[in-house]
Amino acid sequence: MPTLKIDEKEVTVPPGTTLIRAAKELGIEIPYYCWHPGLSVAGNCRMCLVEVDKMPKPQISCHIQCQDGMVVRTQSETVKKLREHVLEFLLVNHPLDCPVCDQAGECGLQDYYMKHGLYDSRLNENKVKKGQKAVPIGPTVMLDNERCILCSRCVRFTDEISKSHEFGIFNRGDHSEIGLYPGEELNNKYSGNVVDICPVGALTDRDFRFKCRVWYLKKTESICPGCARGCNITIETSHDRPTGVENERVMRLKPRFNDEVNDWWICDSGRYGYHSIDQNRILTPLVREGTAAAKESNWKDALKQACVSFQNLMAQNKEQIAILLSPMMTNEEIYLAHKLFVETLQLSRVLLLGVHPNGDQDDLLIRSDKHPNRMGAEWLGLIEGKEVTQKLVSEIEKGLIQGLFLFGQDIVSQFQSERLNGALNQMRLSLFIGSNYNQTVSSARMILPGASYAEKDGTFTNFEGRVQRIRKALFPLGESRSELEIIQSFAAQLGLDLPSQTSEDIFLELAGSVPKFRGMTYDTIGHEGVRPA
Amino acid sequence: MIKTKVVSEPPLNFWERIYLPEVFRGLWITSKHFFRNFFLHLAHAFGLLRHLKAGVTIEYPEQTYILPKRSRTRHRLTHRPDGSPRCVACMMCETVCPARCIAIVAEEHPDPNIEKKPKSFDIDLGKCVFCGFCVEACPEDAIRMDTKIVNTAAYSRPAMKLDLNELLNPTSSS
Repeated sequence: MPTLKIDEKEVTVPPGTTLIRAAKELGIEIPYYCWHPGLSVAGNCRMCLVEVDKMPKPQISCHIQCQDGMVVRTQSETVKKLREHVLEFLLVNHPLDCPVCDQAGECGLQDYYMKHGLYDSRLNENKVKKGQKAVPIGPTVMLDNERCILCSRCVRFTDEISKSHEFGIFNRGDHSEIGLYPGEELNNKYSGNVVDICPVGALTDRDFRFKCRVWYLKKTESICPGCARGCNITIETSHDRPTGVENERVMRLKPRFNDEVNDWWICDSGRYGYHSIDQNRILTPLVREGTAAAKESNWKDALKQACVSFQNLMAQNKEQIAILLSPMMTNEEIYLAHKLFVETLQLSRVLLLGVHPNGDQDDLLIRSDKHPNRMGAEWLGLIEGKEVTQKLVSEIEKGLIQGLFLFGQDIVSQFQSERLNGALNQMRLSLFIGSNYNQTVSSARMILPGASYAEKDGTFTNFEGRVQRIRKALFPLGESRSELEIIQSFAAQLGLDLPSQTSEDIFLELAGSVPKFRGMTYDTIGHEGVRPA
Repeated sequence: MIKTKVVSEPPLNFWERIYLPEVFRGLWITSKHFFRNFFLHLAHAFGLLRHLKAGVTIEYPEQTYILPKRSRTRHRLTHRPDGSPRCVACMMCETVCPARCIAIVAEEHPDPNIEKKPKSFDIDLGKCVFCGFCVEACPEDAIRMDTKIVNTAAYSRPAMKLDLNELLNPTSSS
């Protein structure tokens, strides 16, 4: 284990550690552009130069490995001068079009100029203009070669992580530029990540383009509900000011580093899957009579009506009521629904429904199971059985089920059944609780608007058994309410004594009674999530 | 620590405290100005004593004051040679605005060398404090406060909002 001194501070690191990582461990900041902890070392930006005793020249700290007895200086006058000059050199051909650049506000060049540059430009020559501005190079990414500092992070990303090999650096000297290989298009499942790793504005997001300035964004840590991986994300929202897209509150999603789950990355379908939070939403409770169009109702009447038909069915025969929970629900919601319907109301048909399609899985992030919380549901005792679900679906089709609660699952399009459509319509109580319009909504008798994942607190358990937090970034749209609130108010309407609890209270109760969750609290889950001890 | 300076008011003396002498002193100052202006205006009417300035009242709105060159008045957006706005919707003015009276929505400009332009640009004069920070912040010289329009009064709050068209073609009747 080599022991070395960086800026008079001693540190011992495992052999093979690079200087930049050792410095990070000590909390010493070394600026860098081309180095990325998730990619191989390129060493071409020269921003991370430091002085090492007994070495004749400054060394790039991203590449040089720590050795015993090294003495490193990262704050000396020479190093400061070096950083200034490297930055000046990197900015020689940079157009400084920050006013129109979407990266402005989170740009490496801006940040380091203010921190390490602050020189007066000495350049009298004209800038070398490379290529065209704003070239769409794929469905998600816009390329501006003028702004590029040739750090080659995007090249290494497509070579090492997405392994799709679209990018390359072409030409020589100050003519060299980033580009795609002939006939290629940047169209892989992880293409959006090159925007995140680009330290400047050369690669920008077409989806986010000109919608909002980054400094207006409010950031909330959350979990992507797109598949069972549970990638850590940041939901970035804009409030109180007009944006490029009307009535859209979520501006973009960004991956959040978690080395146990998704590292720095996220797939494109997760990244651009946020539009459902603001579009196609159910805004008020709806009640449908027969096959007519559903009528808008209010919470009071809708809950009352649901309650009356539910109590009638309960009095007749409990077996004709089925509750379909879904692995899209949070642990708290499943727990509370289970507590109400199984423990309190003694219903036997409380099932988990979430069709698990085959395929579309890779060994980086994407999982074939498109539900974020199947593992959590299983831990809470809800295991989906194919035969059981199939049997239930055929019973629904035959009209043997007269009361059905659907928690967000689009049963009609999942089973591709026209008869299901009719059956839902004929039922005495078919209640859909969910956030977005779908085929099931257009035939269910009653619809209660639920909150999207960005509008509530809770936890998801990913396929590896890691319990992670989602956090409320927005207030529920329109009249929609979180599912916890809906279950609680339904219980109150039934006259049951189900205490009104926050999701945190429910999680604590759950952690006390379900062995897999033992000892967990929202605090211990924190930002990165926990696995059971 | 905030530095504070204690200011003590000098106590009133005897003559100030008995009140009446101060009343007469005030009346004296008022009448001094009245008679001086009265006399000078009369004299001016006969073409006399023109080098002595008498008090002036501007009879607004028939007469208007000539504003100093650098005074900040209602905003306008400047044009490119082809008549389109110079503004690139960078939102520096919106960001710096202490009154938050500016709201800009950006969109794609057909020319990739310009890239960005405002889709809408609204200034709420009801909120504006005329500080001029927007003009300072603009990297494109796209917003100026040199229209010399000071009449921003309106009958309703919505009428005090200026849109992109209004800002590009300022007219005095807002």
